[in-house]
Amino acid sequence: MDTIILHADLNSFYASVECLYDPVIRDLPVAVCGSVVNRHGIVLAKNAYAKKVGIQTGEAVWQARKKVANLVVVEPHYDRYLRFGNMAREIYNSYSQQVEPFGMDEAWIDISAPGRTIEDGARIADEIRRRIKFELGITVSIGVSFNKVFAKLGSDMKKPDAITVISNDNYKKLVWPLAVSELLYVGWSTTKKFYNWDINTIGDLANADSRFLQDRLGKVGPILQQYARGYDYSPVEDLGHESVIKSIGNSTTPPKDICSYDEIKLTAYVLSESVARRLREHGLKGKTVQVHIRDSELSCYERQAQLKDYTNISSEIADKAMSLVKANYFFQTPMRSFGIRVCDLSSAEGPLQISVFKEDNRRFRLMDLETSIDSIRKRYGPYAVQRAVLLKKREFGDLGDTTEALMRKVSFNTGENR
Amino acid sequence: MKNDERVKEYVNVTVKFKKDGAMVPVDIEWENGTVYTVDKVLDVRQAASLKAGGCGIRYLCKIMGADTYIFFEEDKWFVERKVSCAEDS
Repeated sequence: MDTIILHADLNSFYASVECLYDPVIRDLPVAVCGSVVNRHGIVLAKNAYAKKVGIQTGEAVWQARKKVANLVVVEPHYDRYLRFGNMAREIYNSYSQQVEPFGMDEAWIDISAPGRTIEDGARIADEIRRRIKFELGITVSIGVSFNKVFAKLGSDMKKPDAITVISNDNYKKLVWPLAVSELLYVGWSTTKKFYNWDINTIGDLANADSRFLQDRLGKVGPILQQYARGYDYSPVEDLGHESVIKSIGNSTTPPKDICSYDEIKLTAYVLSESVARRLREHGLKGKTVQVHIRDSELSCYERQAQLKDYTNISSEIADKAMSLVKANYFFQTPMRSFGIRVCDLSSAEGPLQISVFKEDNRRFRLMDLETSIDSIRKRYGPYAVQRAVLLKKREFGDLGDTTEALMRKVSFNTGENR
Repeated sequence: MKNDERVKEYVNVTVKFKKDGAMVPVDIEWENGTVYTVDKVLDVRQAASLKAGGCGIRYLCKIMGADTYIFFEEDKWFVERKVSCAEDS
């Protein structure tokens, strides 16, 4: 049986959904941006017209506006994106139960079946493309291939609203001339190394000396070379509607820069509460706390440390985050944004090692307390119960839409965060 | 060309729920209060409304002899209202 894998990528996803809902802006350059007032004003996504004039994802709104005077700036509607992502997944699921989402807008679909050829795969891909356009009003580009890596490459080759077939017969012609940086998992720093060794295309990588790659890059070298040669046998994981969660985190850019540990502490409490609540929602606990710090000069770094026990108690997460900050950040420049992430996750339902000391009782009480606060907030709104310190400085307490929070998922075969 | 311009108009719809859970629109109340009876539902499918901007279950209905689309999007109903019609009324 031939393996046939599709990789579907919803084109300019956020911007396409916004353009669907506002026909007036459809033929104008559109950028979906965070709130400027709350200083989240960067471009999150753009449509084809905005791309044409050089608008880039990640740049500030004022920079984008300089490039084109009639730029339409819209705020994101995450609930809509979630709904459209789910609707697209339902369409994929009508062709296969083996669908592995990669973020909200991408997915691999394994449609292998006895007697089915890659040409049949292309026909199915085309049907999916037409259905997405008709039923959702947005477009998708789909790569059809015999492995996941090439399918993903295919979905990038022709867009929007297109199908690319990379078969055993044509992959050398289609894939090998591409820049080596196009290959999945070849990041910026690996690309730089490859260029230094005169490995510029995927074909160069496929034909390079394996031992040389192994010596220079370790075990990753031969793996990447196998991908370039089309030997990727990783299965499409059937993750259902919810992907395996690797870490849960939140970050925020407060309306003004953070200049003292007290202010960081407030932010840390707000972030930790949100992270802890989402851990509980997913029935998870975590053992490692990471902090992400970006200063006013936009340099950023992350630090992490382990907790003694798995937890989803906000104060334990906040305290660990604060100790990381105090050990690593000394206000040489004010802090622009701050994030907390909990990883090394495990099920909250699993067996628990209880300490012989009494401290566990306190932890159980804290867990009960936080679960009660969750239900109060669910019923009466997020501000129904708050820490008193947050009442003083409301601007640090407002995280905005919590769906902005980061939820990292296991990427497809390395188990690493994307 | 301008005649084809449409806007999204949420409307009140009387719906009959069938035994199997299917919904059938019975009549639609326009914003000026006029109620139009749905003579027949000709087609039901998931579809986007590019004209009005939205996406949901699309009902193709026969209303006063004309084919009209009504959309059920999440928990609301909308029609693709002609801009020129609204200006006339």
